[in-house]
Amino acid sequence: MYQYTDFDKQFVKLRAAQHRDQLERWQAGKLADDEFRPLRLQNGWYVQRYAPMLRVAVPYGELSSAQLRVLATIAREYDEPEAGVYAEALKIQGALGSAKLPTHYAHFTTRQNVQFNWIPLTKSADVMDLLASVNMHGIQTSGNCIRNITSDERAGIAVDEVADPRAFAEILRQWSTLHPEFAFLPRKFKIAIIGASEDRAATAWHDVGLHVIKNESGEIGFRVLVGGGMGRTPIPGTVIREFLPWNQIMNYLEAVVRVYNRYGRRDNMYKARIKILVKAEGQRYFDDVEAEFKQIVEHDGGAHTIPQAEYDRVAASFVPPSLADRPVVSAEAVDSQLRHAADADPLFARWLARNVAPHKNPALRAVTLSFKRRGQAPGDADADQLDTLAGLVDRFSAGEARVTHDQNVLLPWVSASELHALYTAARAAGFASPNVHLLTDMIACPGGDFCALANARSIPVAEAITERYQDLDELDDLGEIDLHISGCINSCGHHHTGHIGILGVDKDGKEWYQVTLGGSDGSDLSGAAVPGKVVGPSFSAAEVPDVIEAVLNTYRDLRANGETFIATLRRVGHDPFKTAANAARAVPAHAPVAA
Amino acid sequence: MKIIEAKDHTSPEGQAGVLVLDNTVDPQTVSLDGVSRVDLNFPKFTDGRAYSQAYLLRRRLGFAGEIRATGDVLIDQLVQMSRSGFDVAVLRAGVDIADAQRQFDRFSGFYQADAVNTRPLFARQAA
Repeated sequence: MYQYTDFDKQFVKLRAAQHRDQLERWQAGKLADDEFRPLRLQNGWYVQRYAPMLRVAVPYGELSSAQLRVLATIAREYDEPEAGVYAEALKIQGALGSAKLPTHYAHFTTRQNVQFNWIPLTKSADVMDLLASVNMHGIQTSGNCIRNITSDERAGIAVDEVADPRAFAEILRQWSTLHPEFAFLPRKFKIAIIGASEDRAATAWHDVGLHVIKNESGEIGFRVLVGGGMGRTPIPGTVIREFLPWNQIMNYLEAVVRVYNRYGRRDNMYKARIKILVKAEGQRYFDDVEAEFKQIVEHDGGAHTIPQAEYDRVAASFVPPSLADRPVVSAEAVDSQLRHAADADPLFARWLARNVAPHKNPALRAVTLSFKRRGQAPGDADADQLDTLAGLVDRFSAGEARVTHDQNVLLPWVSASELHALYTAARAAGFASPNVHLLTDMIACPGGDFCALANARSIPVAEAITERYQDLDELDDLGEIDLHISGCINSCGHHHTGHIGILGVDKDGKEWYQVTLGGSDGSDLSGAAVPGKVVGPSFSAAEVPDVIEAVLNTYRDLRANGETFIATLRRVGHDPFKTAANAARAVPAHAPVAA
Repeated sequence: MKIIEAKDHTSPEGQAGVLVLDNTVDPQTVSLDGVSRVDLNFPKFTDGRAYSQAYLLRRRLGFAGEIRATGDVLIDQLVQMSRSGFDVAVLRAGVDIADAQRQFDRFSGFYQADAVNTRPLFARQAA
């Protein structure tokens, strides 16, 4: 992981002090609510349905065990609503049918960050100080600025990697942090960066997607995509540069963002993302960016051209950890040991097949701990679980973990010889559901139980589908499927990119759900990035599990041997799936509904 | 950065050498001959177009006169205004100037180069 310098550490502490200053001025009435809001947002403090929400930045998803322990402390000691707030929340959500609203827990997000839902704003400055003690913060996790940069959960360890993107991600983190010119853009601005052939970070769905590539001469550079985004108008990004020399990335992004800051729409927040500007201007936007880039380099002097020495300094933090204290076991011995353990325990065999991925170092594996299981919402971990997780990270993964885009936690440095020991410990902790990339490994936002923006709840829908699909044989038989659930069109649950997407909508004050099919996040399995298509009028919450089942049964009826859900859908088309989904309605969509 | 109260801000109306630029204007398309002060406006403090205009004036065009921030100017944006090339800010009425100086003293440095400090942290540290 990146080793924070004295400057880096001090910077985070000063930012925490600045938040305390702003909080105190707000409490003293010197800062109006409207003036404080954009400031607290740029430190990750929202005010949600019932209480503030804190979004903690996890730069490109990398977390240390020490950071996990502090997150556990925050969950345990601070993630607690005032009694009146909680009673009110329980009453209102209870009327909707939510039986519980958990407290004292953290939530892993699709942007590799961590959220808390109940910390009173009055305690926010203390929490920021605590976070700063382990170099953490909420800088630019919200607001109309350059957000925390995300990356491939397997960055630096993937077998299909061209070049490690992490040093670039860190350099861009520094460049974007408190950038004076780009703190009040027309709208939020998200960057994702990968260096592998497979896209595990949904880069096409970001305002800027960066692919580290090699050109024909073997030089490292970037393919730059711009103008991707979800929301009301889902548009995959377009390539603006096929190859940009690696040391020009900050200069180029300065051009991309400056042109957007000057010309992006500010009259309508739903048309303010860069995707709308790129769509409206097309080649003219590209030309403006290239002209501005030329000026930055040739006239302004290209101040942010990355010197080799600076790249080397940052990259030196990302060397693999020393594994000298681990026992040396031959590959043959490991294979035989794993085979015996898998023969003796079919669940372990499933887990090996589903949750364990190959690694650049043949003695190591990348292991996904699943946070998708009964009884807790997707991506949730309570205080004790976070502490347990920190213990596993220390014992098996050299103290480092990664938050994944799919809301799980990946351990990047696990010895193959320790897989069974890890499995045993993870299973005891409840992190070993053998379901990675299967139906129940779904993405879901916090939805209407917590979020002020949501039109409908996500968690009960996720729960109902999880309950219905508990048979491991059935899940395996259904194979890899991306099920994504969002509680509103802001698309935090990435419903547009689900092979099956579920979107909460509000009709006459009631919760309804639109189902889409055929979306892709751009992964190898899913194909080129594309939004899903709606199957028909929206469904009631009670109908949703039946609709999903009808769609999945249609797949089983129509699939060719070994064909995945998404491949079958693409081959046969949407019609049979739509027909099945609409037939699963309890009440025909167009029939008058009895009061 | 010079901070002035709204009451001390002289209207640019009819003043020689003062240019008022609307947020939609590209500073690279106007003549700066005889201009000693450019007023840029923040219609809302969350509208950040004037930061890019100030950068272009100061860094791209080498404008050496005064760049004045007007409109919805609050103390929490003063540091970034200064870094973007503004050297005078007219605080919105009712804002406590005493709280402003603290914001300038807070950070010892920043990562990026800007319109004023033209070398990023890595270049300053390597020197």
